[in-house]
Amino acid sequence: MQLIFEKHKQGRRGFCFPGPDVPLAKPLAAKYCRSKDTHIASLSELDVVRHYTNLSRLNFSVDTNFYPLGSCTMKYNPKFTERIAAFEGFSNLHPLLPQLAGGGMLAQGSLEVLYETEKFLSEITGMSAFTMQPLAGAHGELTGVMLIAAYHKNNGSRRKYVIVPDSSHGTNPASAAIAGYQVIVIPTGKDGYMDLEQYKKHLNNDVAAVMLTCPDTLGIFNPHIKEIADMAHQVGALMYYDGANLNALLGKARPGDLGFDVVHINLHKTFGTPHGGGGPGAGPVGVSEALVDFLPIPRVVRRSDATYALEYHRHKSIGYIAPFYGNFGVILKAYAYMLCLGKDGLIEAAELAVLNANYCQVMLKDHYDLAFEKNCMHECVFSAARQAKNGVHAIDIAKYLIDKGYHPPTVYFPLIVKEALMIEPTETESKETIDAFIEVMIEIAGLAKDDPIRVKQAPLHMPIKRLDETKAAREPNLRWKP
Amino acid sequence: MNIPKNLFYTKDHEWARVEGKAAYIGITDYAQSSLGDITFVGLPKEKEAVKQSEYCATVESVKAASDVYAPFSGTVISLNNELVTHPELVNQSPYEKGYFFVISLGDEVEKKNLMDADTYQRYVEGLNGGSVK
Amino acid sequence: MSYTPHTQEDIKQMLQAIGVSNIEELFKDIPKGLRAKSFNLPHGKSEIEVTNHLKGLSEKNAANLISFVGAGFYDHFIPAALDAIVNRPEFYTAYTPYQPECSQGWLQSIYEYQTAICELTGLDVSNASLYDGGTAVYEAAMMAIRFTGRNKIIMDSGMSLIYRAMLYTYTSNLSVEFVEIPVVHGQSSREELFKHLDDKTAAVILQNPNFFGAVDDHSDVVERVHKYGALAISSVYPVSLGMLKSPGEMNFDIATGEGQSLGIPLSFGGPYLGFMAAKKELVRQMPGRIVGETVDSDGKRGFVLTLQTREQHIRREKATSNICSNEALCALRAVVFLSLLGRSGIKEMAERNYQKAEFAKEVLSKIKGVEVKRSSPTFNEFTVMLPRRADDVVYRMIDRGFACGFPLGRFYKGMDNYLLIAVTEKRTKEEICRLADSLEAVLCS
Repeated sequence: MQLIFEKHKQGRRGFCFPGPDVPLAKPLAAKYCRSKDTHIASLSELDVVRHYTNLSRLNFSVDTNFYPLGSCTMKYNPKFTERIAAFEGFSNLHPLLPQLAGGGMLAQGSLEVLYETEKFLSEITGMSAFTMQPLAGAHGELTGVMLIAAYHKNNGSRRKYVIVPDSSHGTNPASAAIAGYQVIVIPTGKDGYMDLEQYKKHLNNDVAAVMLTCPDTLGIFNPHIKEIADMAHQVGALMYYDGANLNALLGKARPGDLGFDVVHINLHKTFGTPHGGGGPGAGPVGVSEALVDFLPIPRVVRRSDATYALEYHRHKSIGYIAPFYGNFGVILKAYAYMLCLGKDGLIEAAELAVLNANYCQVMLKDHYDLAFEKNCMHECVFSAARQAKNGVHAIDIAKYLIDKGYHPPTVYFPLIVKEALMIEPTETESKETIDAFIEVMIEIAGLAKDDPIRVKQAPLHMPIKRLDETKAAREPNLRWKP
Repeated sequence: MNIPKNLFYTKDHEWARVEGKAAYIGITDYAQSSLGDITFVGLPKEKEAVKQSEYCATVESVKAASDVYAPFSGTVISLNNELVTHPELVNQSPYEKGYFFVISLGDEVEKKNLMDADTYQRYVEGLNGGSVK
Repeated sequence: MSYTPHTQEDIKQMLQAIGVSNIEELFKDIPKGLRAKSFNLPHGKSEIEVTNHLKGLSEKNAANLISFVGAGFYDHFIPAALDAIVNRPEFYTAYTPYQPECSQGWLQSIYEYQTAICELTGLDVSNASLYDGGTAVYEAAMMAIRFTGRNKIIMDSGMSLIYRAMLYTYTSNLSVEFVEIPVVHGQSSREELFKHLDDKTAAVILQNPNFFGAVDDHSDVVERVHKYGALAISSVYPVSLGMLKSPGEMNFDIATGEGQSLGIPLSFGGPYLGFMAAKKELVRQMPGRIVGETVDSDGKRGFVLTLQTREQHIRREKATSNICSNEALCALRAVVFLSLLGRSGIKEMAERNYQKAEFAKEVLSKIKGVEVKRSSPTFNEFTVMLPRRADDVVYRMIDRGFACGFPLGRFYKGMDNYLLIAVTEKRTKEEICRLADSLEAVLCS
């Protein structure tokens, strides 16, 4: 498709301002003004609408395709939450209003949403308090690690290391590193769990935190989790819970009960807010009692007269981590989702997510190698090593699935599984959808034996074939030029 | 697998060719073929000091980035600037046109920490659990 | 209400296939002692009940005041066509376009967004978005620290206090030295800035227009900064770039900013859009996703995420940033917004903002006791000095239906009587005149 800039025609316009209603003022001195126009395209409203509508049709999405992208929890996003987020009372509210004198009363509705969501998340995870401010999961991780640093500093100890398993999300070591820590990576043992001997060897009183995902990125619940937490606590280190996989545990287990001190949650995963082509998300962070004082400012508090207010004067706080109170529009949708599902609906979500994943696992395990022979939770991880022997790699399987109308699973992650295929069906998918997907996966396994070339040519039915990614990286063309 | 005789090799698959007081430095044929199409080479600065076994450069493919460690200590005297626009030279000619940079040699005693071609050949075979073509 | 499609029969069949008798067995790996100690949540409600409840809460917010509050976050008009496009589920229910063959719509849109940001800022390369204007400034500072190998950051205190506070938080465990330059007569003090500029300086960060609304030409500062081998970073208000000299024209190395004004609702603080553009030699230091153009195996044009070796999923602890999810949907809003306006519309919008603010200055300056600060030119926001505490005046103006501005005393010591007033294209002449009348009445009372 042509770029929007290539459709430009001088003189067209997609929007008109009302005629000027104020007298013309003296123009700004030329030295402050730009000397030439931009090359933004000028088009009619229809041109713009048609361009982007047609572009949208080139995407797979949850509303159009099964999207079992492991670790991303691509569940259906209920539509009514979009309508709620668009209510003028929410969407048109300036974030500085409650910071004006007496302004708290101008934003009681939104402050209540923040306060109540915090209460829900605290109960769901077993934590003492949450900050709703982090703007995405990784931003939550950074916030969490900074809270941990503040906690240790307050105890007069400067620790140097953060421990992560080699199966962790890349964001974990990256967040620890940019917060100023050195990262120690613990390998996964033959049993699929973090190697406890190696863990013990590296654990000492210079370790600030241990960052874990639970269930881990292999979709497995580690039964040693409490032991791992206890050992960390013995040396004064804190336990960090990466909430990417919380969907599996709703109502079943809580990070707080498992011994975690800091938790981030991806609202766009577990709590049904749309992923928006890569964002916005929201990554609220929950903490145990010992860390509450360090939470970012401001905090939303409920006063004795049942009104809500912002609290800034918290001398131990790490300070500002976001301009305001978080991605409010996302938090609001997650709150509506939680209200709608309620206790039973959330438990059911976890149960059926785990049912769907186990069903996928059992139906495919004769055709693909399981990464580890274990019960899975919300996602199952296979290796295409068997297929790779015939030249059919995980990426080829992904491309063939695209041809068949399925968004591929996550491939090549976790890094510790060769040719990894990570499948997370989520609870909102029906047996029929999953059965049809399984059928295609089995078809591919057959083709890998009989006609590998057929798989390697895919996709053949998409707007483009496989792209030259080497050319993209060697000769970066990152913008259109006039 | 091309492993020229006259070079020194490291366990991390770097090579060095000593010419008088200078050494050419690059990555081996084995390294370039395991990385795949190389898209970028991050070189040190001229006059920068490098230390044996320590980070000195970066080499990237589409989906991976690897650190390059210096086979010898010394000072960078010239760079292969061709790699900035043509990183594919590392794939095409890892020991000649695809060298990374030249250093003025520090201590030649460091040679004892490096492998010769035969030893490197056996080392690589060991990694692959079999013979290397 | 839940959104699961399973019938009892489906569940039975699936359990049978798995070889367990009930769902609870699937959770047997969670030891009994580690089960949730409590899960005390209310029962679910219907869509009607939840919608009504939240409609009620939304009505407790005073979102209908006539707003002259800006301070970095502005009440601009959003064309209906923008919502129609962005509400396409093929955009908002997709995820990161890691699989290019089924994501060309997203990838091309981001490539177009990157182009639009480069055009606005006058720089070479843009990433696919960051969280907000504050995290964008932080990421830019970290880029400069890595690029120069130095650790001193000089920043103008005319930059939003919120952003400065965020920078301090993020670097609290790193060894970064900050110097804040005072604002003199509304503009950053060259004298103070040059005094601190040295060969240990990684970057100088300036905001244009600054928090007080003042417009500046930073070309001279940037030239000096480059003499010391440091980078110049600009935090800009994108709507103003329809009119003001771009960071590229001033030779800045990195431009960042808050993209909320480009078609994104105020929404009580987020989601917003951090944008970042830079000179091309800095591209490998950039944080976050970047889309590039390439060709497919038939030689046909296509788009793909590129230069990913910078990112956390490949580089892990050595990544340029930990960012993964970004604000893609807000970036889409921005490029659609700019495209609907078109190149003359962007200029026109900036000019309307400027004209209305100048008119408001004229009208307000006629009120006895109100002094409009005129030491620097401004864009759509300006500072007035009132004869009494600004927060008190703001409070009283709310009763009259106005959010009349932001009291500067909230962020700056000694400025209790100063009010920051923003006037966007949405404000009419009549509203501006009513603001003046009400203000006069409040000051007389």
